[in-house]
Amino acid sequence: MSQGASRPCAVELHDLTRSFGGTTALRGLTLDARGGEVTCVLGPNGAGKTTAVEIAVGLQRPDGGQARVLGRDPWGAGAAHRDRVGVMLQDGGLPQAVTPQALLPHLARLYSRPLDVPELAGRLGIPAFGRTPVRRLSGGQRQRVALAAALVGDPDVAFLDEPTAGLDPHARREVHTLLREVAGHGTATVVTTHSFEEAQRLADRVAVVVDGRVAALGSVEDVCLGAGATGLEEAYFALTDGAAR
Amino acid sequence: MSAAPTTTRVEAPAARRVLAQARFEALGLLRHGEQLLVSVVLPVLALVGLSLVAFPELAVGRWSGAARIDVLTPGVLALTVLSTAFTGQAILLGFERRWGVLRLLGTTPLGRGGLLLAKTTAVLAVLTLQLLLVGAVALVLGWRPALAGVLPAVLAVGLGALALVALAACVGGALRAEAVLALANLVWVLLAGFGGTLLPAAALPAGPLLSLLPTAALGDALRDAFVLGSWNWPALGVLLLWGLLAGLLARRLLRWSD
Repeated sequence: MSQGASRPCAVELHDLTRSFGGTTALRGLTLDARGGEVTCVLGPNGAGKTTAVEIAVGLQRPDGGQARVLGRDPWGAGAAHRDRVGVMLQDGGLPQAVTPQALLPHLARLYSRPLDVPELAGRLGIPAFGRTPVRRLSGGQRQRVALAAALVGDPDVAFLDEPTAGLDPHARREVHTLLREVAGHGTATVVTTHSFEEAQRLADRVAVVVDGRVAALGSVEDVCLGAGATGLEEAYFALTDGAAR
Repeated sequence: MSAAPTTTRVEAPAARRVLAQARFEALGLLRHGEQLLVSVVLPVLALVGLSLVAFPELAVGRWSGAARIDVLTPGVLALTVLSTAFTGQAILLGFERRWGVLRLLGTTPLGRGGLLLAKTTAVLAVLTLQLLLVGAVALVLGWRPALAGVLPAVLAVGLGALALVALAACVGGALRAEAVLALANLVWVLLAGFGGTLLPAAALPAGPLLSLLPTAALGDALRDAFVLGSWNWPALGVLLLWGLLAGLLARRLLRWSD
């Protein structure tokens, strides 16, 4: 923790509030993420994880509070800012008619310092289905393409909304290794997940989001200690029981 | 993986990103079978079919006395613009919102403004190819356009395409994908048949009123250009007005997700 605390904050979300009609998604969410670390965000469905990510990547504007990513307000930030931020959305966001083999090199051209596309695709096993249109891919294959799309610009900050959902164990293990490498090169990596195993294996820090707020933030050990639990799963249920919608 | 930040970032020029996206979009449009059916095959079938029969009368009003193919071809060109700029774009936009494509591309350096610019550029590029193809078929069928009409026709196509793309953004950017699919096809049928596109508004009941439609204005401007070699300023004004109004409306209606 002492090493992590000395790293600069790449993501600072402070007291965010956001409502949709009569539904309140965020009620003062405060969270930070540092370069070189993987921050896993856990929470029940509807807790506000995706809303927080979408504010951090500039897709939504908070009703209150402040979001700073790489020192800038992501809402309305320019191309130079977006050049440094990689995003994997929950719904993928991939055009359905194109093949991964055509899409990934195209996306790489939009960035100033792209990664080597064949190498990245190879790490994620994409060449095996690279010539198949996205609409014909399985859920897990689409996840891998969406993850490659998020990382292809060699981001300084990566927001990955459930990147391993639907992946088989081998693919999940490879993604975990890849994300550790990405963080190891200095990228602040924010991962939302429902998997305790994933958070345990991947996270330098864990945030547990409950009902639009961060109920706990710290290393896995710190979160467990704070909740009086012996493991992350027990801590999670102690923090979220009664709040799950 | 070579993920280490080994080089400094030198941002690619915005124009290069837009052109890369425009090329990507244009190739996507040209490879899309259903899109080609509506934007190329159906207009060519209309051209060939209507050139072989004498009904309905097309050479009416100020175009009376002109050869049928000379009045028909500008209408088919207008139909091509309607198909690509309105129907195709509205449907594509509706489904890209559904799939989250617009949101994802909005988070890349391209951004939302760059994406809209790229889409417009792609439509204009694809339209150019389609119009050249339809024009070539028409020439084979005996079309003899007034060369003095090329410039006014180019302006009419440009203004018409922008107005129809803006209308597509109003529909495709606001409704659910399935509703867009149904509505855009219905509008295509209605405007192709009764919107002053293939048949001049003057040949239809309520002609003066219909001539205020963007499709009728586009059709009339192209007929005046290629049959008479003249500028139809009122029609060009109608197209400009539609473009401005629809553009303003699209700014209010366009949502980036379904």
